[in-house]
Amino acid sequence: MKVSYYPGCSLEGTALDYAASIAGVAPLAGLELLEIDDWNCCGASAAHSIDRVLALALPARNLALAAAAGLDVVVPCALCFNRLKAAEKALGVSKGEADGFKIWDLLDYFAQDRVLNALAEKVTRPLANLKAVGYYGCLVARPPAVTGKQDFENPQNLERLLATLGATALDWSYKTDCCGAGLTMPRPDLIDTLAARLYERALKAGAECFVVSCQMCQANLDLSQERISRKTGKNYYLPVFYFTEFIGLALGHPDVKKWLRGHLVDPLPLLAEKGLI
Amino acid sequence: MSISEVENYTPSPGLLTRLGMETELGLAACYQCKKCSAGCPLTFAMDLLPDRVIRLALLGQEEKLLSSRTIWVCSSCETCTTRCPNGIDIAGVMDWLKEEALRQGKSVPQPEVAAFHRFFLENVRDGGGRVGEAKLVRRFTLFKLRRRPDLGELIANLKLGAKLLKRGRLRLAGPRALKDRGQIEKIFEGSGLRRS
Repeated sequence: MKVSYYPGCSLEGTALDYAASIAGVAPLAGLELLEIDDWNCCGASAAHSIDRVLALALPARNLALAAAAGLDVVVPCALCFNRLKAAEKALGVSKGEADGFKIWDLLDYFAQDRVLNALAEKVTRPLANLKAVGYYGCLVARPPAVTGKQDFENPQNLERLLATLGATALDWSYKTDCCGAGLTMPRPDLIDTLAARLYERALKAGAECFVVSCQMCQANLDLSQERISRKTGKNYYLPVFYFTEFIGLALGHPDVKKWLRGHLVDPLPLLAEKGLI
Repeated sequence: MSISEVENYTPSPGLLTRLGMETELGLAACYQCKKCSAGCPLTFAMDLLPDRVIRLALLGQEEKLLSSRTIWVCSSCETCTTRCPNGIDIAGVMDWLKEEALRQGKSVPQPEVAAFHRFFLENVRDGGGRVGEAKLVRRFTLFKLRRRPDLGELIANLKLGAKLLKRGRLRLAGPRALKDRGQIEKIFEGSGLRRS
C-alpha cells in the first residue's frame, strides 16, 4: 500500500538508524513509503513553547503538502506526529479517514491486524526468550483530544507486535511516562533523573531491553545510559531498540547489524547471548 | 496555599480573561483535585506544582507565574492535560505563560531552556526549513560555555559527539534548504520570533 511519509528532521540526523530500519522493514509490511516532497520541520517543542503562530503554521504547511499528495501519512516521530495532529485539529483540515487522508503514527500502522498477520507469516527467527518492556513515551498518545487515541494510559501496540515476533513483552507501569523529551540539551540533569527511574522500573519488571517507537525516547535512554551509570554508580546495560529493528531481527533482514551499530548501548552482546545473531 | 505565597504580588485581574480570550484553556473549571500534580513526572524540579499554577492564574498572580521555574522545566508530556477531569489544557497554560514571559521581556529563571527553544526555531528559519542538529548543538554549547563554563561537561559532550559521528548519527553538514524556502521565510515573518 502506498502512503505518504513524513520522516521529520531527527531521522536525517541522530536517528538515521531508525530511518534505515524503517526503510528496511516497510516493504516487509507491504508498505510503500513516498516521502512528502519538500517537507519542513514541524516546529517541535520549541514552537509550541514560545510561539503559537509557528506551532501551527509550520505543521500546517506539511498538511497542505500531504493533502496535495492525497494519501494517508505515516509519521515515525512522536513529536512530529503530535504537532501534525494538533495542526489538523486546530485548522479542521481533516476530520479523519472519511475526509481526505489520515495521519498515522508509524507504530499504529504496523500494529493493524492485517499488517501483524502479514509479518507473522514472515517471522523466520522468533525472538524467543528476549524479555523487553515496550516504551511508548508521551506524544503518540497524549493528549487524546489531539491524537484521537483510545488506549492512551495503557497502550498495547508494542505488546501485540512483540508477541507476533515471538518476544516476551513484560508488563510495567511506566510505558507512557516521560523521558524528558526536548530537555535533553538544556537540562540533561532532568533527563538523568527521569531515565534512571525508567531503567530501575524496567529492571524491576525483569526487562533486558527497551523497545521504543520514538527517536527522542531512544536518544534519551540510549545516549545517556553511560553518563547515568557513572553518576549513579550502577552499571546499567539496557539496549534500546526501535520496534522496526525488532521486526528486522525476527524477519531476518540482512541489514539489522548495520542499523544496530548506531546504538551507544551495544545490543549485540545481548543478542549473542540469546543466540539471535 | 498559604497567604504568604500570594501577598507579595499585586493581582493582575486581566490575566484570566487573557488566558481565556486568547486560548481555550478553560481554567475556571478547576476544582483543585491536584490530579495534574500527582501525575506530573517533573514536580521534583518545579517551584510551583501544576495545580498551583492554575490556582495562581485564577487569582491573577501574573508576576509570580511569569517568573516561575515550573513553566520552563515542564517537558510538555501532556499527562496533566490528559488526566484533568475538567478538561483544562494545563500544558497549554504552561506554553501560554512561557510565551507571555518572553513577550513581556521577563527575566527567565531557566535561560538555557528559553535559549534552546529560540535557537531551535532560528536554526529552522536560517537553515531554510529543517533542523540542522550539529549546528544547533554547536550554538547551544557556545551559549552555555559563555554563561557558565563547565569543562567536565564540555569534554563529556565532545566525547559523546565523537561517538555519534563514528556511528553515523551526527551529520556535520546541515540539511539542504527547502526548494520553497520562501514559504518558510514568510511563515517566520508572521511569527513573534524577532531577528537577532
